[in-house]
Amino acid sequence: MTDIDLGATVTASQPGSGVSRETFASKGNAFELRGVTVSYGGKPAVVDIDMDIPNQAITAFIGPSGCGKSTLIRCLNRMNDLIPSARVDGQVLYHGEDIYDPRIDPVEVRKRIGMVFQKPNPFPKSIYDNIAFGPRILGMKGDMDEIVERALRGGALWDEVKDRLHDNAFGLSGGQQQRLCIARCLAVEPDVILMDEPCSALDPISTGKIEDLMLELKERYSIVIVTHNMQQAARVSDMTAFLIVKLDGDEQHRQGRLVEYDVTEKIFTNPADPRTEDYVTGKVG
Amino acid sequence: MRPSVDPDTIAGAVRAPLAEGRTNRWLELGFQGSLLFCVFAAFAVLAALIGDVLADGLGSLSLDFITDTPSRIVPEASGIGPALAGTLFLMAVCAAFIIPVGIATAVYLEEYANRESRIARFIELNIQNLAAVPSIVYGILGLAFLVRGPLSLGNTMVAGGLTLGLLVLPVLIVAGREAIRAVPNSIREGSMALGATKWQTIWKQVLPAALPGIATGAILSLSRAIGETAPLIVVGAVYFATSVPSSFGDDVTALPIQIFSWVSDPREEYKALAAAGILVLMAILLAMNAVAIWLRNKYEQKW
Repeated sequence: MTDIDLGATVTASQPGSGVSRETFASKGNAFELRGVTVSYGGKPAVVDIDMDIPNQAITAFIGPSGCGKSTLIRCLNRMNDLIPSARVDGQVLYHGEDIYDPRIDPVEVRKRIGMVFQKPNPFPKSIYDNIAFGPRILGMKGDMDEIVERALRGGALWDEVKDRLHDNAFGLSGGQQQRLCIARCLAVEPDVILMDEPCSALDPISTGKIEDLMLELKERYSIVIVTHNMQQAARVSDMTAFLIVKLDGDEQHRQGRLVEYDVTEKIFTNPADPRTEDYVTGKVG
Repeated sequence: MRPSVDPDTIAGAVRAPLAEGRTNRWLELGFQGSLLFCVFAAFAVLAALIGDVLADGLGSLSLDFITDTPSRIVPEASGIGPALAGTLFLMAVCAAFIIPVGIATAVYLEEYANRESRIARFIELNIQNLAAVPSIVYGILGLAFLVRGPLSLGNTMVAGGLTLGLLVLPVLIVAGREAIRAVPNSIREGSMALGATKWQTIWKQVLPAALPGIATGAILSLSRAIGETAPLIVVGAVYFATSVPSSFGDDVTALPIQIFSWVSDPREEYKALAAAGILVLMAILLAMNAVAIWLRNKYEQKW
């Protein structure tokens, strides 16, 4: 990568101070979770989650490993369906509709709710075909070259790859691959983007670029991000949910629980629960 | 008063000089030597075989030998024309049968079947067993079910090719499953997360990524089928074909059968013809395997 932009990491702005939960009320909620429990093979992994995820904002899930934050984000676009033993109880309302209603086709859910994964997972195809895959299978109308360019611009990758659109995507750096995956997701014009630890495999400069991109994208999309990096949650998110692992009695069985969910600033400066405070100040975890 | 410490003693143990620690050296060398001998023995057998066949058969090889029909009277005018054409017909039938069926089976077992279910485990066990069934048994199956019996195809290329197909199908299924399993789950998730259906994901992402491995498996399956003799004898291959086959309904002829028929002839000249036939068969086999290796090296995806 030649265009190292050190400014990127620094400019990621803090969410404005003085925000409260009400700030997001006017925009409405993308998701409303009601008593959501996700189990694998009959054993609950996250238990009884209630939360509202606002539109056009960044909501972060933080917590120690094994607390079920990835499990929780994967149930927002029914990715857990791919694991045969997984089961979701409770309601996940997406703009008021329960996405686990038997009448709902999970494929339709995933068209609207895109996802970016922990490890960049470009398809073993050209950069162009990586972007065009989604629009093609969904039968989207319009000039494909334009769709690809728009998506790559949206993913802040266009300038770096415009001269080698037909090269294999595996030739890109890790950070570029992850932005390609974000661009690929934008190409199908979703409403929500779920990001499961999108920067955990990236260096700080690439991470900074993705964080800048997220702040840009939240103008148009609702974003939910899982991160193990508390600074990242503090830098980019508007709302933060803190989850913990609870050992269930004598059984060696771990369950994730939601401890606190509030405006990011409050979670990091004046949390209501002492366990949140211990975690965000680095006393535990 | 502190006890005096012997510099050669640590925690009471006597430190042995480093130079004494080389008792295993000869054992090590001997072991390595015997391994090398085994490699050499295997290689020597192959080299001797090829050398012998080359010495016997090279003199009979010519363009005419490839195209001529065999003759019981004039060995010099004999050739493998009908046998070679027959082998090509058999391979075409075999490929047309095993490639779609093998890939479909591999896709079902890897992408759809519930691994835990009894039926999937039963199928899996059977595929492994099928790969070990002696080829003559497939010949009898072909005779009973394809040549006669329910399908009654007669002693045709179609029946012969299908019999060979049944024989090598497990090889392709196993290779196809491995190629499909090698495609990481993250690719499937990435595709599904864009709103692709399961079928679109398999058809547009998984199969293209697995294609080099599947193609390699298909070629290796066919190269196993091309050398088979026993099942073809059972389904009624013609020992002495006087004309080049021209359709899938013609009698079964094949290179290994022609070689077998020449080998059993007591006259010296026909032994040389058999060796020349073996050379042609080996050249085809080596070429197929070379293509398989080339395909694998060139297109195999590194994840």
